[in-house]
Amino acid sequence: MAWTKKILRVNLNAGTCSTEPLNMEWAHQYLGQRGLGTKYLVSEIDPKVDPLAPGNKMMFTTGPLTGTMASTGGRYSVITKGPLTGAIACSNSGGFFGAELKFAGWDMIIIEGKAAKPVYLSIVDDQAELRDAGHLWGKTAWVTEEEIKKTHQDPLLRVSCIGRAGENQVLFAAIMNDQHRAAGRSGVGAVMGSKNLKAIAVRGTKSTPANIANPAEFVKAVNAAKKVLAANPVTGQGLPTYGTQVLMNVINEMGALPTRNHQDVQFEKASAISGEAMHEKRPSDGKANLVTNGACFGCTIACGRISKIDPGHFSIKDKPQYQGASGGVEYEAAWALGAANGVGDLDALTYANFLCNEDGMDPISFGATVGAAMELYQLGILTKEETGVDMPFGSAEALVKLTEMTAKGEGFGKIIGLGSKRMCAKYGRPELSMTVKGQEFPAYDGRALQGMGLEYATSNRGACHLRGYMVSTEVLGVPVKMDPMATEGKAPMLKAFQDTTAVVDSSGLCVFTTFAWALPDIQPQIQAACEGDWSMDKLMLVGERIWNLEREFNLGAGLTHKDDTLPPRLLKEPCKTGAQKGKVCELDKMLPEYYQVRGWSKDGIPTPDTRARLGL
Amino acid sequence: MQCFSGAAFRGVGNGLEVKAELKLYASLSDYLPTESRKTNRIELEIEPGTTVLDLIDRYRLPQHLCKLVLIDGSFVPPEDRGVRALREGEVLAIWPPVAGG
Repeated sequence: MAWTKKILRVNLNAGTCSTEPLNMEWAHQYLGQRGLGTKYLVSEIDPKVDPLAPGNKMMFTTGPLTGTMASTGGRYSVITKGPLTGAIACSNSGGFFGAELKFAGWDMIIIEGKAAKPVYLSIVDDQAELRDAGHLWGKTAWVTEEEIKKTHQDPLLRVSCIGRAGENQVLFAAIMNDQHRAAGRSGVGAVMGSKNLKAIAVRGTKSTPANIANPAEFVKAVNAAKKVLAANPVTGQGLPTYGTQVLMNVINEMGALPTRNHQDVQFEKASAISGEAMHEKRPSDGKANLVTNGACFGCTIACGRISKIDPGHFSIKDKPQYQGASGGVEYEAAWALGAANGVGDLDALTYANFLCNEDGMDPISFGATVGAAMELYQLGILTKEETGVDMPFGSAEALVKLTEMTAKGEGFGKIIGLGSKRMCAKYGRPELSMTVKGQEFPAYDGRALQGMGLEYATSNRGACHLRGYMVSTEVLGVPVKMDPMATEGKAPMLKAFQDTTAVVDSSGLCVFTTFAWALPDIQPQIQAACEGDWSMDKLMLVGERIWNLEREFNLGAGLTHKDDTLPPRLLKEPCKTGAQKGKVCELDKMLPEYYQVRGWSKDGIPTPDTRARLGL
Repeated sequence: MQCFSGAAFRGVGNGLEVKAELKLYASLSDYLPTESRKTNRIELEIEPGTTVLDLIDRYRLPQHLCKLVLIDGSFVPPEDRGVRALREGEVLAIWPPVAGG
C-alpha cells in the first residue's frame, strides 16, 4: 500500500474541505508526490491559466515512502503552474511537514479557487477546516508558525506557510516549513498568496506501518539501504560535516562558479564563503559561523546547516532576534547571495539567508536577481537615485538592504521581486537576465559544464540543478566521470538523470541519497512498501512518463522548443579564466541528440510513438 | 592526522626547483601543516618530475580519499596520477569524496 489512498480537496471559493479516494490507477502510473501531483494538476487545470488567477490549483503531495522509516522519507512537494516561468512548477521540501501530513492520513491536498479573505487550513487527522488568518496576514513565516502553534496550544503542529513575500506575490516566493525548510523554487509561495491562503497546519496521530505492503521486507530493505548511506564517504561523512557548501571551492577551482551575474566564472573570495570557512573561527568573536548540522524527518545524512552570525556584525548588531542560531547557507544560497553579487562576507550572506527563510523567498532567484540589478547599476542603467541604494558588485551593505526591502515589499525591492527576467526587460536589457524560461540559474556555469548547460536548457521548471544533476558525473564522478567539456554522450546521460530524479522525487525520498544510492538501492524499498509491480524497468518508465507529462503541460501552456535555450552570454561570451577559458556552451551540438533520445520531434514535441509507449 | 612543517618538503635547493601550489580541502586539510590549514594551501618548491602521486605519498594522503584531483581546474584521472608531473606555476587541488547541490 504505502499510500493512505485519501485526498483532501479544499475549495477556497466555497470554503469547503472534502475527502475523496486517491486514483489508484494513476498511483500505479505515477507513484506519488511529484509524478502523481503533476498528473492531477494536468488533469484539472487549463495549462494556459494565469498562474496567479483562481483557476490555478496547488497540489501538496507526499510520496509512498513519506512518513516511513526509510532514510530521508519525509519529503513533500508543491505542484502548480509557476508564476515565474509560466511552466510547471514543482518544489520539494524536507523538514517534518510531509511526514505529519501522512500521519494525519492524507496522500495529497488539492487547493483550488481563492478565498475572499485570508485563511489558513487546519488539519487534525481526518478533520480539516478553513480558519480566519486575518491576524496572520502581514506576518513573517516564522511568526505565523509560532502564532498558529499558540492558537492551537500544540507545539507539535507542523506548519507550511508563506511570509510577506508570498503575500506580496514576489514571483520567487517560497513556501516555508519548520522555519528553514522550503519548497523554494519557481514562486509557489506567490501562488499560495494569490489564493489568500496563509498556511496549512497539520497534526497527525496515525501511524504509517499499516500502510506498508510487506513490512518484513520493507524493514530489511530500509536497513540495508541505510548501511549504504552510512558507509559512503559522501553521505556518511562529507555532507554531515560540510554540507553542500563543500562544493564552493570545488566549483570555483574548476572555473565553473558563475560570478557577478555570469560575467566571470571564478570568484576571488570563494574560499571566504565556503563550507570550510563556515568551520573557521571568526577573528571578530572567536566563534565559527557553523553551530551544528541538522536533519529532516527520518534522515540519516543530516546535511542541514545551523549557523550563528557574529552579534557585532553590521547586519544584526541592533537586531537581537537574529543573533541566535538558525538555518545557515547551503551551497546554492551561498553562491547566489555571494558569488553572483561578488559579496564575500559570510555573515552578511547568512543574514540574507535568514531573511529569505523568515519571509519565504527563494535565495537562488533572489540572489541572482540582485546580481542582474548590480550589473545594471554597473552599466549606469540603474542609479542610486532610482534604487535608493548604492549597489556596486561586492557590496554586502547593498545585499543586506535589498534583502530587507524585497522581503518587506518596499521601494526597489518590489522590482527585485519581479525576478531578473522581468526586471532586465523593464530596463531594456533582457539579455542580462541569467535565466531559462524565466527562472534564474543555480550555482554552476553551463559554459564550463556542458551537460549542465543542456540540463538548464531542457529543465521543465526553468533553470534548475535538481532536475538532472549532471554535476554528479561531470565533476564528482558519480556514477562515472565524464569530461565536463565533452558534448558527446551528454544527452543520453542527462535523460537517465532526469528520469531517475523524477522517480526519487515521486517516492518521498531526498535526491541527496543518490550520491550513495543507485536505483537498485531504492527499488527494493518502493517494492516492499507498495502493492503491485515496481521493478527497475517499471520505475524508469514511470520517471520517463513523468518527464514527458511535464513537457506536455509546458507545450500546452504555450512554451516551445525555442524556450529550450540559454542566455546569449552563455552561448557567445567565453569563460574568461579557468580550465575552460575561451569556451562557451555548445548547446547546438547536444540539443538535437537530446530530442532524439527523448523520442521527440525536431521541434521538441513527444512523437505519437513516444506518447503511446508511455501511455500518455 | 599528520602535521608537517612546510619547509620539510621544499626542493633540493639546486636552483632547478619547480614552484607550484598544493591545495587540500575538506577533511584533507588536516594533512596540511597547521599554519596552512586556514587557507587550505601551501606553496611548493619541488624537484622537476615530481608527480601527483609523489605528492600524495609525500603528504601521506590516503589514496582512497583522493577522489577529486584537479590541476589548474582540470581533472587528473587515477591512472595518470603516477605520471603527471607538476609544472611551474600549476595548482594541484585535492578533495575527498564530496557532493552538494
